[in-house]
Amino acid sequence: MNDANDANGSPPVGRVPVAAMRRFDPQRLLALVRKESLQAVRDPSTLLIAFALPLVLLFLFAYAVSLDVSKVRIGVVVESPSASAQALAAAFSGTRYLDVTYAHDRREVADRLVSGTLRGFVVVPQDFEQRMAERGGKALVQVATDGSQPNTANFVTNYTKGVVQGWRTGMDAELPSVSVALEPRYWFNAELESRRALVPGAIAIVMTIIGTMLTALVVAREWERGTMEAVLSTPASVVEILIGKLLPYFVLGMLATLGAAALAILLFGVPLQGSLLALLLLSAVFMVPALGQGLLISSLARNQFLAAQIALFSGFLPAFMLSGFLFEIEAMPAPIRAITWVVPARYFVSSLKTVFLAGDIRAIFVPDLLAMAAIGMLLFLLATRATRKNLE
Amino acid sequence: MAADSSEPAVIIDGVDKYFGDRAALRGVSAQIHYGRLTGLIGPDGAGKTTLMRILTGLLVPNAGRVTLAGFDVVDDNDAIHVASGYMPQRFGLYEDLSVMENMRLYARLRGMDADRHAGLFTELLDFTRLGPFTERLAGKLSGGMKQKLGLACALMARPAVLLLDEPSVGVDPVSRQDLWRMVNALTDEGMAVVWSTAYLDEAERCDSVLLLNEGQLAFDGPPTELTGRLGDRSFRLEDVGAQRRAVLAEALDLESIGDGVIQGAGVRVVLRANAGTQQIQTLADRVGALLVPVPPRFEDAFIDLLGGGPGGTSSLAERLPPVTLASDIAVSCRNLTKRFGNFTATDDVSFEVRKGEIFGLLGPNGAGKSTTFKMLCGLLKPTEGDAHVAGQDLRRAAGAAKSQLGYMAQKFSLYGLLSVRQNLEFFAGVYGLAGDTRRARIDEMVDTFSLHPWLSAAPESLPLGYRQRLALACALMHHPPVLFLDEPTSGVDPITRREFWTHINGLARKGVTVMVTTHFMDEAEYCDRVAMLYRARLIALDTPDALKRGAASAARPDPTMEDTFIHLVESADLADEAA
Repeated sequence: MNDANDANGSPPVGRVPVAAMRRFDPQRLLALVRKESLQAVRDPSTLLIAFALPLVLLFLFAYAVSLDVSKVRIGVVVESPSASAQALAAAFSGTRYLDVTYAHDRREVADRLVSGTLRGFVVVPQDFEQRMAERGGKALVQVATDGSQPNTANFVTNYTKGVVQGWRTGMDAELPSVSVALEPRYWFNAELESRRALVPGAIAIVMTIIGTMLTALVVAREWERGTMEAVLSTPASVVEILIGKLLPYFVLGMLATLGAAALAILLFGVPLQGSLLALLLLSAVFMVPALGQGLLISSLARNQFLAAQIALFSGFLPAFMLSGFLFEIEAMPAPIRAITWVVPARYFVSSLKTVFLAGDIRAIFVPDLLAMAAIGMLLFLLATRATRKNLE
Repeated sequence: MAADSSEPAVIIDGVDKYFGDRAALRGVSAQIHYGRLTGLIGPDGAGKTTLMRILTGLLVPNAGRVTLAGFDVVDDNDAIHVASGYMPQRFGLYEDLSVMENMRLYARLRGMDADRHAGLFTELLDFTRLGPFTERLAGKLSGGMKQKLGLACALMARPAVLLLDEPSVGVDPVSRQDLWRMVNALTDEGMAVVWSTAYLDEAERCDSVLLLNEGQLAFDGPPTELTGRLGDRSFRLEDVGAQRRAVLAEALDLESIGDGVIQGAGVRVVLRANAGTQQIQTLADRVGALLVPVPPRFEDAFIDLLGGGPGGTSSLAERLPPVTLASDIAVSCRNLTKRFGNFTATDDVSFEVRKGEIFGLLGPNGAGKSTTFKMLCGLLKPTEGDAHVAGQDLRRAAGAAKSQLGYMAQKFSLYGLLSVRQNLEFFAGVYGLAGDTRRARIDEMVDTFSLHPWLSAAPESLPLGYRQRLALACALMHHPPVLFLDEPTSGVDPITRREFWTHINGLARKGVTVMVTTHFMDEAEYCDRVAMLYRARLIALDTPDALKRGAASAARPDPTMEDTFIHLVESADLADEAA
């Protein structure tokens, strides 16, 4: 190095260029964004979290997790040879919710209930016709179910009742009916497929992972590797360092949302009743609290392990359990319900379900957007206060 | 704002810094000047990094003021980041980015543009000799190259003050020379460069040093001034040969001797202030050695400043029964090879270590020292070849072999949540000691190392020297005939290092075989023989003196161990190129 090189534009030793003193410099921000993007692209773990994990989650929620009960295996024991008993037995095979095995002796099916191959069985007793005549047309059947799976046991009981009632109504059809026929219709999810409600919710989980978990991890990584110390010693300001960190992950989060939405619509057949624009706006606004939370965690925890733990407990789990994604908020006890008000995912899930299943409904979007933005602003405020430009 | 070279570059005025109750810096005042290389010297934990971080505005002092290039580090924090270039201890490089991408990033952050300042980039690449590696990812560079890239990044925008925090850690002597060359070129241009280091031999290369000890400034001035203060108190007993350990122990116990180390076949001693040479002369006459005055070293002066080193008798070795081994060969390996995938970490290494020998494994980072070491103590299985410890085959009887060896790991490997006593009990249990033997051994270690006051304390709260003693006590609990020490003195101050070597010398005299890896070149002098590993191969194996003689040239008739190391590595490179 000699002085002749000063002609190339390197400033002489000891001179402080005024431009370098600016608090905000787009050139520096651009350099930080570029660095972060290169790192994100080259680090296989980032791509794994951003794309492979969402894919796995979506598939899980679409196929493995199902809150519907269909094809429940039950046994039907027809002990009575009468015509009406045979007709009732036949009615069981007419529903798509039940998978029926017929038998003539209850001992045949009792063992299979114990071994778990059947979830329950229905007995049409020997004196079925006789009793029905005695009791004024009321059918008597016995239902035995597997109480170790209460949810399924309920389904078996209810479906069986339904089938028996349906059969009775059919029998009386010749007579003028006095009862009111009930015909249920389920709005927004006509076939009551839980997949349609779960997949939009899964997008919220994916966004939480990218926004909160990934951001917390990458900042903690800089502390761990000592690169943060080096960057802090350059003229780059806190605002530049933070924005430089968030911008790439904002883009990554939006890309993952688009991918997940495409998957939901094209592969899983979830309809998008609302507009794509609304979906993107909702996602973009949800990224504010998600990123803010990630940033706040990283300013408190300077190692990746701790950051991951905090992100898991404060971001992922609430988004999973308290957002109304899996469990209905209305059904929660009051204190838990109160906590859900500060979980940003709650507002996002509510709006996501609306935009996918109902359409663009401003009355739902506006309060949800405001709530997400407000929580986000608060988190950012706390994060910038906690991040100072030194190592204290 | 141009720097006036007559003004100090940095003024440190009465700086205190506390972390909780612990004082990291106490009343430090000093000045650092432009155009000079200032060494920030001191043992680990002396407060060097804390002071560096205060200078770069990354920490705020509790009391006192610091100005850098005319700016206050607290009030003009933004200006500090422009006026200074800082290289933190852990490189601060992005490992997923290439050399060029790292440079571009730091250039932009410092308001430079790679396209407009193409000349500067070429110049920095030339200067650091990183030109051929611009596309390589920073994570794939060697330790030395990483440091050079870190330096290039810190040099962007030509800072007035360059702060380098332990730039020579993890850098082999060859790359270290390159760093010195670069830094000297920068100070010639008028830059103020601060180089912090725990290696005392590096102090002698600085124009001026700030010597920190336990948070306080112990000395401020040119290194020659401190060395000069010592006067003619350094001597060497020449050609003591086989007796050198006994001679050193005896010399250190003399009232008139403040410090002493082994240097090859000789013993180097430093007299206490106002002490005469009669005692040491008597000793020299008795053992038939020649006593010659030698020029003082910075380290001599440093130890003297701290009041001298420890005595020469190891209370530990005194108590140990002499080792008996069936064979005269304590450790041996033949055609030892270890491959990880297609990478060969150790390539066809063979040697034998005699009973009671101190055997050193030396080599640059990544040369295969640790891998070889781990195979010898049964922690890794060799791909090819075999190894024996105390007559046990490590392949067939790894368990039996392990009971014959004590191992002290590089990092502090005691249990932080157990007390000192519980740690001792645990290690006694692990080595299969029970009942009375166990109690007796623990008491023996506690007495030997004066651990009484610390028994219920947590190991981490112990002073460094005591931690070192405790780790050694745990490794020696079962009286092993062979002791493995992996970089035992890294991060340890010179006084504690001397105490440690007193014990090791004592153990060797009792017949314990000691295998040691070290990156302190002067410590290689304590070894009977040194194996030099480079690129997975054994390139030299001999006594320290013989190795030094081999590296002697007309230009350098009396090379140091470090010169020898550089010579051997360069010769190996030449041989590789020729092949």
